[in-house]
Amino acid sequence: MIFNKLSRRFSVVVMGLMAMLSVPVAQAEYQLNMTEGVTPISHELYGLHMLVFWICVAISVIVFGVMAYSIMHHRKSKGAVPANFHESTTVEIIWTVAPLLILIGIAIPATATLLDLEDAKTNADITVQVTGIQWKWKYTFVDEDVSFISSLAQSSRDVIKEPTGNENYLLEVDNELVLPVGKKVRFLFHSNDVIHAWWVPALAVKQDAVPGFINDSWALIEEPGIYRGQCAELCGKDHGFMPIVVNAVSEPEYNEWLVAMKAEAAAAASSADREWSMQDLMARGETVYQANCSACHGPTGAGIPGAFPAMTGSPLVTGDSAGHVDIVVNGKAGTAMAAFKNQLNDVDIAAVITFERNSFGNSVGDTVQPSTIKNAR
Amino acid sequence: MYNETTHDGDDAHSDHDHHGPAKGLMRWVTTTNHKDIGTLYLWLAFTMLLYGGSMAMVIRLELFQPGLQWVEPHFFNQMTTMHGLVMVFGAIMPAFVGLANWLIPMMIGAPDMALPRMNNWSFWILPFAFAMLASTTFMESGAPAFGWTFYAPLSTTFAPDSTDFFIFAVHLMGISSVMGAINVIATILNMRAPGMTLMKMPLFVWTWLITAYLLIAVMPVLAGAVTMMLTDRHFGTSFFDAAGGGDPVMFQHIFWFFGHPEVYIMILPAFGVISAIVPTFARKPLFGYSSMVYATASIAILSFMVWAHHMFTTGMPVAGELYFMYATILISVPTGVKVFNWVTTMWKGSMTFETPMLWALGFIVMFTIGGLSGLMLGVAPVDTQYHDTYFVVAHFHYVLVTGALYSIIAAFYYWVPKWTGHMYDERLGKIHFWWSTIAVNVLFFPQHFLGLAGMPRRIPDYSLQFAEFNMISSIGGFAFGLAQVFFLYIVIKTIKGGEKATDRVWEGATGLEFENLPSPPPYHSFTEAPQIR
Repeated sequence: MIFNKLSRRFSVVVMGLMAMLSVPVAQAEYQLNMTEGVTPISHELYGLHMLVFWICVAISVIVFGVMAYSIMHHRKSKGAVPANFHESTTVEIIWTVAPLLILIGIAIPATATLLDLEDAKTNADITVQVTGIQWKWKYTFVDEDVSFISSLAQSSRDVIKEPTGNENYLLEVDNELVLPVGKKVRFLFHSNDVIHAWWVPALAVKQDAVPGFINDSWALIEEPGIYRGQCAELCGKDHGFMPIVVNAVSEPEYNEWLVAMKAEAAAAASSADREWSMQDLMARGETVYQANCSACHGPTGAGIPGAFPAMTGSPLVTGDSAGHVDIVVNGKAGTAMAAFKNQLNDVDIAAVITFERNSFGNSVGDTVQPSTIKNAR
Repeated sequence: MYNETTHDGDDAHSDHDHHGPAKGLMRWVTTTNHKDIGTLYLWLAFTMLLYGGSMAMVIRLELFQPGLQWVEPHFFNQMTTMHGLVMVFGAIMPAFVGLANWLIPMMIGAPDMALPRMNNWSFWILPFAFAMLASTTFMESGAPAFGWTFYAPLSTTFAPDSTDFFIFAVHLMGISSVMGAINVIATILNMRAPGMTLMKMPLFVWTWLITAYLLIAVMPVLAGAVTMMLTDRHFGTSFFDAAGGGDPVMFQHIFWFFGHPEVYIMILPAFGVISAIVPTFARKPLFGYSSMVYATASIAILSFMVWAHHMFTTGMPVAGELYFMYATILISVPTGVKVFNWVTTMWKGSMTFETPMLWALGFIVMFTIGGLSGLMLGVAPVDTQYHDTYFVVAHFHYVLVTGALYSIIAAFYYWVPKWTGHMYDERLGKIHFWWSTIAVNVLFFPQHFLGLAGMPRRIPDYSLQFAEFNMISSIGGFAFGLAQVFFLYIVIKTIKGGEKATDRVWEGATGLEFENLPSPPPYHSFTEAPQIR
């Protein structure tokens, strides 16, 4: 499209100017425009965006041009004498109808694009269910029995005070979503708690994940690569810290990844049957706690007064283990405490409960075994 | 348009001296005078502007560079929430009500507002409402942290305890607004001077009449939304709780059915202000008066039919998305008519550029930029990329800061010589304009780029690719904030003294307040109705 070409040239010029202005800032990015993306929809959206943008530029040039001419020439200091015209039905009709025609010109391609965008249901090759959870994403491959949780990578959490060395700061996760290129992927969105929005700009997918609803959207990724995005709907305290990473690979690589994921899940399931030592549970529990619990209950178990209870000295945590297991497995209705049976496996839940009972100044001394969790489900 | 006054203000009122203002603090507590109440509203609005602005400074400070340096994410969310609420309900809306109180009676030749005691009450509710809202910041759970749009279930099941104070405060603000609106309608429809037909009213009066109807229509909807939140939180209902059969998306429909007309509540009176200022300094009558009235009414009617364009990513049926897209972009037609009329008013005029004109011209240019980005946002498929990004933040700050706020500041400079009898300092006013205008564009223009490049709104921290524009934006923000403290100095200086203003104030000024009243006007003006041809 001509608009794309023009805009690219314009962007290059502006970015060049920007770069000259910012010599001391070595790695400045100054991205000015929307990404063109790697899906058919993203190209359509980019074209439409540039079309409307240039229409807006043209309107501004005319309106501001007339205004500027007027300001320069029709000023009292230049001896301008005011005219007295103040009405013209013809003119009013012209500038009502002309914008209307421009709008029709925008609405026609916009309607076509919208219909493409909404066409998630037909001919999908793969269906991925995306669940928003405060503050991480759960991905379930509907036909493959593969399911995992993806949250902000520890390497970003570690540098939150001074992030300058980490180039993917806040845009990296522990478990990437791997998808094949050239396949139509249908996403199904829903949420466990509040409203989230799953957004990857390069895929041109932004859709709300709403509790009680299932929304859909789709992407056909054309180029292999890593595409990063973020939650776009305010979802509470750590809204800014639930990134999305899509790793688009060739189909054989994708199949290998599926096999590896299934093997990993099987290994985790079998390890749930054996007796775990206190030491192993504590070590694993700390990792699980920091990834899943610390956002509300605090990295040192202090909680947030008035909002989220502390771990230290909590009667539930230091009391009988059955109550503790129940709240972690089933959650607490009407509060932000989620039912972790839907998110974590038996070993992780057992480990984190054991860890909470014996850390942050608590020393109950007992262990909770994965088999107990299995029975509690 | 108007006859010369039949009564010189000072003489006509010399036998009414015992009706002058009471002395001391009680004057302000018990006043039923539209000018006093207007002043109270304007000072409340300025206070809230500085309060909301200081929260914006916290936001821009945290976003100055990547990483979390100054505040925790939970506190950051409280800041964005309170900033939005305070600016919308505390700064912009009361400022326009203050202007309405000062100006409508003087513009239509009425002695006061129609319901002066209710007027007192509608003002005095507000300081308590905002004190209650502000107090939540010091509560154990912190202030509301779910954004000024308070989407359920984040604002119900997952909300802090202080939310109940927020709900009560919103109720009070709504009651105040509805009472203010009833007063405006009663005044305009009943108290116009003989001969002041509807189509002779100044556009500021027209835009406020329409705004008042919008307020009465939608404030109860907002009250309904927060009441449903309250019962969901405490009385076992499930309006917005999917687990109980409720619908979180319904909350957004109800909120935006209020929220979209609310946007026009904050901009229609601004159109009225600009339509007064531009003809004065172009020395040429407003072009297309009647089309301006019809355009305002069209915008108001359309504003009820477009609410779901805030919800294109919630999973609406495609037919709904198409309808809301068409209706939304249609609003740019009457809005365009207004801009074209202002520009044509300037065409072949004899313009001078005193401070009010500068702010009005700034309004026209930058409001148009905000309007055009609004057109882009209205195109549903592309909105899926813009939605909830800094592009949206840039858009609504262009229409609300360089739109609504600029018109309020323009109105101050335009009418303050009339109100106080003192000219403001022209040099300082011009410095204020250029300082603010450069700063506000450094502040908000780069946010378009941030949004397009992929930065979501309402995040306390961001990835490194967004660092440069955020730093530029923050620098603009600090400069813009400081400019408004400078404005406070100008306001106080003007009230305390200054060159004596003439009764006409501006060479090209028209209207009863300039042609029939001295500067400053007597405490009770138009105790006898002026004659209008």
